[in-house]
Amino acid sequence: MLEIKNLHAEVDGKPILRGIDLVVRPGETHAIMGPNGSGKSTLSHVLAGREGYTVTGGSVTFNGKPLLELEPEERAGEGVFLAFQYPVEIPGVNNVYMLKAALNGIRAYRGEKELSAVDFLKLVKARVQAVGLDESLLNRPVNEGFSGGEKKRNEVFQMSVLEPRLAILDETDSGLDIDALKAVAEGVNALRDEARSFIVVTHYQRLLDYIVPDYVHVLSKGRIIKSGGKELALELEARGYDWLTSEAA
Amino acid sequence: MASNAQDIEKIVDRQYAAGFFTEIDQDTVPPGLNADTIRLISAKKNEPAWMLDWRLKAFARFQQMREPNWAHVSYPPIDLQAISYYSAPKSDKDRPQSLDEVDPKLLETYEKLGIPLEEQKMLAGVAVDAVFDSVSVHTTFRDKLAEADVIFCSFSEAVQEHPELIQKYLGSVVPVTDNYYAALNSAVFTDGSFVYIPKNTRCPMELSTYFRINAMNTGQFERTLVIADEGSYVSYLEGCTAPMRDENQLHAAVVELVALQDAEIKYSTVQNWYPGDEEGRGGIYNFVTKRGDCRGARSKISWTQVETGSAITWKYPSCVLKGEDSVGEFYSVALTNNLQQADTGTKMVHLGRGTRSTIVSKGISAGRSQNAYRGLVRIAPGAEGARNYTQCDSLLLGDRSAAHTFPYIECRNPSAQVEHEASTSKISDDQLFYLRSRGIGQEDAVNMIVNGFCKEVFKELPMEFAVEAQKLLGISLEGAVG
Repeated sequence: MLEIKNLHAEVDGKPILRGIDLVVRPGETHAIMGPNGSGKSTLSHVLAGREGYTVTGGSVTFNGKPLLELEPEERAGEGVFLAFQYPVEIPGVNNVYMLKAALNGIRAYRGEKELSAVDFLKLVKARVQAVGLDESLLNRPVNEGFSGGEKKRNEVFQMSVLEPRLAILDETDSGLDIDALKAVAEGVNALRDEARSFIVVTHYQRLLDYIVPDYVHVLSKGRIIKSGGKELALELEARGYDWLTSEAA
Repeated sequence: MASNAQDIEKIVDRQYAAGFFTEIDQDTVPPGLNADTIRLISAKKNEPAWMLDWRLKAFARFQQMREPNWAHVSYPPIDLQAISYYSAPKSDKDRPQSLDEVDPKLLETYEKLGIPLEEQKMLAGVAVDAVFDSVSVHTTFRDKLAEADVIFCSFSEAVQEHPELIQKYLGSVVPVTDNYYAALNSAVFTDGSFVYIPKNTRCPMELSTYFRINAMNTGQFERTLVIADEGSYVSYLEGCTAPMRDENQLHAAVVELVALQDAEIKYSTVQNWYPGDEEGRGGIYNFVTKRGDCRGARSKISWTQVETGSAITWKYPSCVLKGEDSVGEFYSVALTNNLQQADTGTKMVHLGRGTRSTIVSKGISAGRSQNAYRGLVRIAPGAEGARNYTQCDSLLLGDRSAAHTFPYIECRNPSAQVEHEASTSKISDDQLFYLRSRGIGQEDAVNMIVNGFCKEVFKELPMEFAVEAQKLLGISLEGAVG
């Protein structure tokens, strides 16, 4: 499904990603861990198509298509979703209205018909309950005045409506207390199936207690320095990153 | 108004009592501004002596005034002697005969706005068929208004039929000496609209839709007078979302509103005059004086405007709050793109006790445009307990546009409360990326953010107008980003 080959990227002339190789097959959940500044968020943003990063080498294919050549909205159309570490506030833009435009944008990209208002509302009702998002937030401006937990839950809610093929969770656990963390993880787990893949970017092992990955990769200085099963996360929790980074150096 | 067009024809065909210009072409006055021009305009309109007198006095004052230069706009000098101050509507054979002869770009915009075909023809100045749908619509409206004793007619008609009202109220809100362009308008205005709502009457419809087309032929010096008598209510919609072409570059309209005790006037404007091309060539200079007088206790005047057109906009719809506990409101969206310049805002003059005013201004600058908010809040010594709240936000698109804010506050009563909030922001890459990563295309994402920014103002517009205004912003912003 997703194949990253020797990916290099830089910001303002400073190399951040220095040769990433990663293959994600349908239904798999991969955790990307690593110390601060290792390039975790850069990887998420490069995959979603944020401006400001220069890809200097390598390739990314998604379902056979060259992902890096697509605009962000086209990537969404292909089924890539990024849950933001810091979801932005958009004053005056109704949450559900935005989501409807997004869903219909994706459907138009796929050559599908727009969803009727009635069908859309039905979908929203079902999903909002599944994710446990306060319904009163639906008609508020996007993320405006939301608490940290509400913002993250809103990301998962959007994901559940847009039904991506690959979801990238960028430090979704940051700033969450344990209850909010559990709730968000439940929302994510409800979406896991044999076709949908996840890349879970996190600094802490804690999130992976709830979203149990198939593979764990450790990123350091822009390279994956170690890969393993879910037990690798526990080892990192116990021993920290130092033994790996010094080994790699 | 089809009948209006006939009226004008009738007037034009008439021989003048005063014979000093008989040799002249019947339809167009040669360029030039002098007392004879004004006499001719007045004669063509068959005005009573008091009206001509009023014009000539205004002209005398105008000659002593100078063009203002304090606004944050720049343009080459305007040669007032090169303008023709009266021309009858073009005859049908000079107009495009069908939409096929109209600029396809203009038609494309009409299409996007969803304007009905017949209306498109009117806007593009196409000669219309003798049988035109709106004639019947028009009659229905007239009947309904007549039933409520509401007077809604052209200004010229009002001069003939309701001279007592015109004499009583004309110039009572915007005196002829108010400013250079108001004085010019007072001397040479050609036509406009007149509204009178009788006591304790709620105007049975929004004065809008079909009528907005008619305003087109009233020319560059438009005069509007709206009077809401005690306890009455009226919502007046002016302008049109469709871009309007006009060969006259200078537009200097005057709008006067009078609200008597317990009356309310809601005046909404969507202005989309031709802004010029991408290099700023052509385009209308829109120098307008709009003022409302809350003359009676508990009266209310609310201005809502969406300004996207014109090369230069110079406009400050204002409220004079004389009546005790009277209320003034100003909600504005001003969008400039390419090389447009806008200097717009409001004045709230608090004279009476307990008067309140609210100002919400949203300025959006794109391209290489200049967008300035200029607002005055004046609290007079007698305005015990007056309150004002001002919120003034600017949004910048791209890095070659500019936003300016010039707030003036003069408070002469210690019991008054004046609040001012202002913000300037750039449309953020984070917001754009967020929406795009959700599957929303770049232009739609920009529109969404801009419309969100303007929401507080749009919700003040009548429903139908609000929807059109949103579409209009989208069209005006095309190509502004990316």
